[in-house]
Amino acid sequence: MSLTESEIKAVSQETMAPNAEQPEYVIEMLNITKIFPGIKANDNITLQLRRGEIHALLGENGAGKSTLMSVLFGLYQPEEGVIKKNGQVVKINNPNDANALNIGMVHQHFKLVECFSVLDNIILGVEPNKAGFLQKDEARKKVLALSEKYGLQVDPDAIVEDISVGMQQRTEILKMLYRDNEILIFDEPTAVLTPQEIQELMQIMKNLAAEGKSILFISHKLAEIMEVADRCTVLRKGKYIGTVNTADVTVQELSSMMVGRPVQLEVDKKPAQPGEVVLDVQNVTVRSHHHGGNAVSNVSFQVRRGEIVCLAGIEGNGQTQFIYGLTGLDKLASGKITLLGEDITHQSIRKRAKHMSHIPEDRHKHGLVLDFSVEENMILQRYWQPEFQKAGFIRFGEMRKYSDRLIEKFDVRSGQGSITKARSMSGGNQQKAIVAREMDRDHELLVAVQPTRGLDVGAIEFIHSEIVKERDEGKAVLLVSLELEEVMSLSDRILVMYEGEIVGEFDPKKVTVEELGLYMAGAKRDTPSAKEGK
Amino acid sequence: MNKKPVSPLLMKTKSAGASILSSLVCILIGLVLGYLFLVILNSKSAWKDGLLPIIKGGFKSFGNEKLMKTGAHMKPLGMEIAEAAPLIMTGLSVAFAFKTGLFNIGAAGQYVLGAFGGLYCALVLKLPWWLCLLAATVCGGLWGAVPGILKAYLNVNEVITCIMMNWIGLYGANTLMYQNGKSPMYFLKQAKTYTVASKSPKSLIPSKIFGWDMTKTFNYSAMTIAVFLAVIVAVIIYVIINKTTFGYELKACGSNKNAAKYAGINDKRNIILSMVIAGALAGFGAGLFYLAGVEQYNPQESTALPGQGFNGISVALLASLNPIGCIFSGVFISHLSVGGNAMKQSVFPKEISDAVSGIIVYLCAFSMLFKGFFMKLFEGKLFHKKEGGGKK
Repeated sequence: MSLTESEIKAVSQETMAPNAEQPEYVIEMLNITKIFPGIKANDNITLQLRRGEIHALLGENGAGKSTLMSVLFGLYQPEEGVIKKNGQVVKINNPNDANALNIGMVHQHFKLVECFSVLDNIILGVEPNKAGFLQKDEARKKVLALSEKYGLQVDPDAIVEDISVGMQQRTEILKMLYRDNEILIFDEPTAVLTPQEIQELMQIMKNLAAEGKSILFISHKLAEIMEVADRCTVLRKGKYIGTVNTADVTVQELSSMMVGRPVQLEVDKKPAQPGEVVLDVQNVTVRSHHHGGNAVSNVSFQVRRGEIVCLAGIEGNGQTQFIYGLTGLDKLASGKITLLGEDITHQSIRKRAKHMSHIPEDRHKHGLVLDFSVEENMILQRYWQPEFQKAGFIRFGEMRKYSDRLIEKFDVRSGQGSITKARSMSGGNQQKAIVAREMDRDHELLVAVQPTRGLDVGAIEFIHSEIVKERDEGKAVLLVSLELEEVMSLSDRILVMYEGEIVGEFDPKKVTVEELGLYMAGAKRDTPSAKEGK
Repeated sequence: MNKKPVSPLLMKTKSAGASILSSLVCILIGLVLGYLFLVILNSKSAWKDGLLPIIKGGFKSFGNEKLMKTGAHMKPLGMEIAEAAPLIMTGLSVAFAFKTGLFNIGAAGQYVLGAFGGLYCALVLKLPWWLCLLAATVCGGLWGAVPGILKAYLNVNEVITCIMMNWIGLYGANTLMYQNGKSPMYFLKQAKTYTVASKSPKSLIPSKIFGWDMTKTFNYSAMTIAVFLAVIVAVIIYVIINKTTFGYELKACGSNKNAAKYAGINDKRNIILSMVIAGALAGFGAGLFYLAGVEQYNPQESTALPGQGFNGISVALLASLNPIGCIFSGVFISHLSVGGNAMKQSVFPKEISDAVSGIIVYLCAFSMLFKGFFMKLFEGKLFHKKEGGGKK
């Protein structure tokens, strides 16, 4: 079913039709090659962005998308290849050059000053002034006009930390528009949004394109690309695979272009056979470190053998703190946690880890010691066990063997194998290393917090099937995920968390994404809050 | 597929090569800048009476035939080696704490406490030398424990507590050793502590090793096996950091406290232990200095913290925090200070010699910066070679 090589080439050729007077492309990156020690991050990649189009850049993690964008922003200088703006060759030595060429980017993690107002954030760096005095009224007029024109609702005087993620993103977009950027780059913009917000964003992107802005949309979510993009350039392992019109291809074809083989998009799993209770959480409350209140209030649920229970919710609704409390990284204010019939409420992290594997949310903060090599990271919780030490001396041979085995089994790719510094690996491979470590450790309960965050389709497929395998082997799985697709396809039971409470429990077969979205946004709730003063 | 393109050994060699090269470059730049400084002050004598003695260091009397006949030319070299021992130790102290992510600026205070502990056991209790050394080590360790405990349990910045502990330690130890001149350790006539040799010869660190009398070879009475002890400790520290589970824990805590906690490593215990060991190393260094009889302690004049403590930072940085490297950088810093003292005092006052060695030491602290540069250089070269060798 996939496109043949020649078909892909044909489409690419067709897009190269010359037009002398009005250059067809606003930005062209031609034959870009960027080499890092041990790896060709970009190998002869060509990306051509037409005026007024939405162009998706699709690729797995480590495919070279970020590198290519860094080249466009002048953060890296390519070994080969040129960049053209409106047909003219340009030299981009640093991000300021990129700004001067009217290229703007909305980063996956917003670059906003939390305690500034929306307006202040928008004008930051290009403040209109007379003799050093701010001229905010002028700026306000321009911002309001822009927000009207493109349908970007924001409150210019609201403080950023108080507004929703969606509005923060609109602020970022306005930042680009305020600077009269013509080329707008969106880096994984939907990762943090609810389904409703995603729909809004799609509409905004279409509006922008209709007004003549050119949009580069970096994503690995195929459905979104199919919906919003006109064309799509696919990269794989640093190589240029092709550029296609999204109207001419199916999701299946796109995904096999990206991965290099046909991919199973749906998780294949049998109905769950829940057994005995493994994890029993009773009335758990965790205090917030940011404000005086509770980050998690009165949460109770059970996870049984042979089922995948998913905690769904928008980022920042207490999932993180709950997991900290569960795994021992933070103290509980009250409540009780029982694992395999044993009260672990006050146990040390190491004791809990005996039966609990934990794929942490933040791989850089908790998951890895970045300055350690892969092999040293692989034994992070186990270095003290007889397998890896003798009389206090680390058994380097065993460590290497073990690490090599995990690398092989989980296909963790890195420049130098086991001795690669974790810091120098791509995010996806760092995540794979953590998943490998945690899945291989003895455990009865797997706590997986966004296990596929930042991973490519191939790796997601693999990790999902491993999680299902765990379940079928009779392990209990607690999954925390922000990705609704993942929640729907993987879990046997869904618990929605909103502001630190569980507001609903669902069977994924009997609930729609839209319905879940309403619960996640706090518009609906099943269990009335028993807490007073809320 | 890019599997195992680089051997681990090559990686290590590259890293070590970059460290050594960067240190050498720092030394070179430091010498040039120091020379410029001397030229500005007195262009005529800058070389002969300024930089040359510094470069010669402990070898200054080599070539002096009169001294060579009696063997006296070896004495400055002996001094250099004897003074290197405590520097190696304070360097190890700083480097060790650094591995755990702690900045032990308190090595000076721990050193003073070590001096007190060692001298008290020698001059008052008249214990054998190894017990005195042990006492110095324990005192230093205890002094290091305080910032460690405060850091672990109250999250007080160790730099602040270390600096305060430095002064508390200095004045506390001075008071105990002086006691208005009534202290049993204080020799009023010389206005210093008694020499260990006069009060308790068995408390002196031995000078003979396998029948080799080092004092004779070097023509210097304070020449002892101290430097060998320092080298042995450096090797032990190297093994602890790189080969043991304890070192693994310390490094994990040092480079990512959160991940260490996630892995169930007791970060509080490791912070305290790390500071205790760092303090013990500094204290041991003081023992090596005072129990060898290099100098007597002067509790009245010593209102400034001993330079060995702060030079430990330079030693550690110059060695890129490598314990084995500390041996060489310790000897080098000692070389500078012996050489600095040999500058012609009539042309360049003593303070100038300190300033010049200061410039060099200061530049040494930049070796980390240069290391990154050399690593890049090596990796770039390496990669091109591989590409040229044929793809896949």
